[in-house]
Amino acid sequence: MTPQPAQSKAAGGIGRRLAGHRLLWPTLALLALLLGNLAFHHDFFSVRVRDGHLYGSLIDILQFGAPLTLVALGMTLVIATRGIDLSVGSTVAIAGALACGYISTAAHPGSIATMLTAAALALGVALVLGLANGFLVSGLGVQPIVATLILMVAGRGVAQLITDGQIITVTSAPYKMIGGGYWLTMPFAVLLAAALVALTAFITRRSALGMLIESVGGNPAASRLVGIRAGGLLALVYVFSALCAAIAGLMISSNVSSADGNNAGLWIELDTILAVVIGGTALTGGRFSLGGTVLGALIIQTLSTTVYTLGVPPETTLVFKAFVVIVVCLVQSPAFRAKVLRRRRTTGPRSHPSAGAAPQQQEVRA
Amino acid sequence: MSTGIASAAAGLTRPFATVSPRTRTRIPLIVTAVLLVVMFSVGSVRYEGFLSAQVLLNLLIDNGFLLVVAVGATFVILTGGIDLSVGSMVALSTMLTAWLVESHGWPLATVIPLVLLVGAASGALMGWIIHTFEIQPFIVTLAGMFLARGLCYTISTESITIGDPATAGIAQTRLYGPGGLFVSIPVVIALAVLVIAFVVLHHTRFGRNVYALGGNEPSARLMGLPVGSTKIAVYAVSGLCSALGGLLLTFYMLSGYALHAMGMELDAIAATVIGGTLLTGGSGFVLGTALGVLVLGVIQTVVNFQGTLSSWWTRIVIGALLLVFIVLQRLMSGRRPAAD
Repeated sequence: MTPQPAQSKAAGGIGRRLAGHRLLWPTLALLALLLGNLAFHHDFFSVRVRDGHLYGSLIDILQFGAPLTLVALGMTLVIATRGIDLSVGSTVAIAGALACGYISTAAHPGSIATMLTAAALALGVALVLGLANGFLVSGLGVQPIVATLILMVAGRGVAQLITDGQIITVTSAPYKMIGGGYWLTMPFAVLLAAALVALTAFITRRSALGMLIESVGGNPAASRLVGIRAGGLLALVYVFSALCAAIAGLMISSNVSSADGNNAGLWIELDTILAVVIGGTALTGGRFSLGGTVLGALIIQTLSTTVYTLGVPPETTLVFKAFVVIVVCLVQSPAFRAKVLRRRRTTGPRSHPSAGAAPQQQEVRA
Repeated sequence: MSTGIASAAAGLTRPFATVSPRTRTRIPLIVTAVLLVVMFSVGSVRYEGFLSAQVLLNLLIDNGFLLVVAVGATFVILTGGIDLSVGSMVALSTMLTAWLVESHGWPLATVIPLVLLVGAASGALMGWIIHTFEIQPFIVTLAGMFLARGLCYTISTESITIGDPATAGIAQTRLYGPGGLFVSIPVVIALAVLVIAFVVLHHTRFGRNVYALGGNEPSARLMGLPVGSTKIAVYAVSGLCSALGGLLLTFYMLSGYALHAMGMELDAIAATVIGGTLLTGGSGFVLGTALGVLVLGVIQTVVNFQGTLSSWWTRIVIGALLLVFIVLQRLMSGRRPAAD
């Protein structure tokens, strides 16, 4: 990274530490995005209390961002092990379909017991799906991308099978609570997501688990040699990712009181990968930042909200997000940094020869 | 749990340790051929009218575009890479063709080369990013997948039906053979692509580079093979094949739609893997890919003939079959499963 300009001695320490902090850029991006929204809507930051609930754009972002944050939470640990989980979108759809399917046929759809059984059913199946992914990756050594691609595409078929291709609508007050309810004036989904993030952060950072995950992602061979059971850890992160996706699926289907096997969680994979990568967790594994992921998820959600309020067709944001993914990955890529910096040093800015020449030299040297 | 899984898998690999590597790579191919025959026989016994030459030809008519796309995917997978953008590229090609022909009245003779160029160029661009900046292929092609899908929606969120007489004429042309059997023009194109791919992979320097690159990239580099240009070229081939597959799908559907070819990347990868190509690269057969496409086609046909099965069963069965073949190949490869 470029060295920071010298500052006065007293402020230099804090300033430099702040400038060097890895959450600086995600935080600045989020702030810029929020301020940009303020320019369009002057009451963007206003939060009111109505009927004992908090209302406002910021609360909306938190509430609709809760499922994304959860899925991204699971994805962070998977990516930290150098893996990827493409099946999260399908798991979201399957979990919602299972829960709504169960509630719609239950004798007492409005009872808490029914809601808990439905949630347990969804989480149980997600556990099996996660185990299947984990077995393929750690037991059989299939590339994570391929192992989870199977469930990504076939899983949507399973979700459609469960819902019979229809949209299942449910009316259940306890179930509505998960994604659309309020508790202590805050949306319940936000509290649930926050609690799970805090729990995960506590477990990974206050025990050796986080370090073990990072070591498996950083150097699998070395981790094995020092006696870390990489296989179990890998299976664990895929199970965790599937469970997070299932809870997100419950939230999404609960919020709209219906399950749509076809569209629930569709294209959420890119959003979550984007959130994780923006948050500073590199796709090459080895280091992860849960705080960064939460910031990343909030950035994505703010972006989506902005797009909706601007009236742009939501589907076209796919183009924009794809660009952001590539740019963020490029910036994170050591090869990109090396090449761009080297070019600047040897030939000066904007005067480099044809773009094709430089990579060839690099290739010979590598 | 981990040791249990690992030792179970390691134990399962042992029975195949004595088989020679050459035979081992062929086993999935043989399994596929047997599977194809069995599925077709079962279909013939169970359903009236299943056993006919025209049903076989219909497999090609209904899956010609998939064959072309899967051939492109085979090139990428042989180098050990992956291209997740193929399904979206197919959709973008149908959209681009329908939009230019219908809304802008462009002649088909201009649109076809343009669409092929767009496909090849975007493939090459993805390959260039993958190679130059050493970013994993899946993330670059995943971004490509979303980019192409998003571009479809920026053209139109609705389906564009093609009423252009020239396009419809080509689409409805039937080439009759002996006994009243017929195929469509896309079938001929798809088979031509298959033959060209076979010749390129097995009888040219480029083909040998593709296999060498997939076998061991550092070795290929040390031997002085053009690693970079080969890598860029295979993604360009994949993009070109996706665009061509998209054109064939346009003729098949006579429409462009952003939701066409959803999940086709899995179909293409499945066809390649079922056809005996190793996902880790370096070993595989493009003719096997054609067998893989036929297997997927037979599944689709059986689901159609059964009538009581819903269409999403096709997707589930394809996923399950891919799973079985990946596990089979893992067991065949004889190596200890590594955790990384």
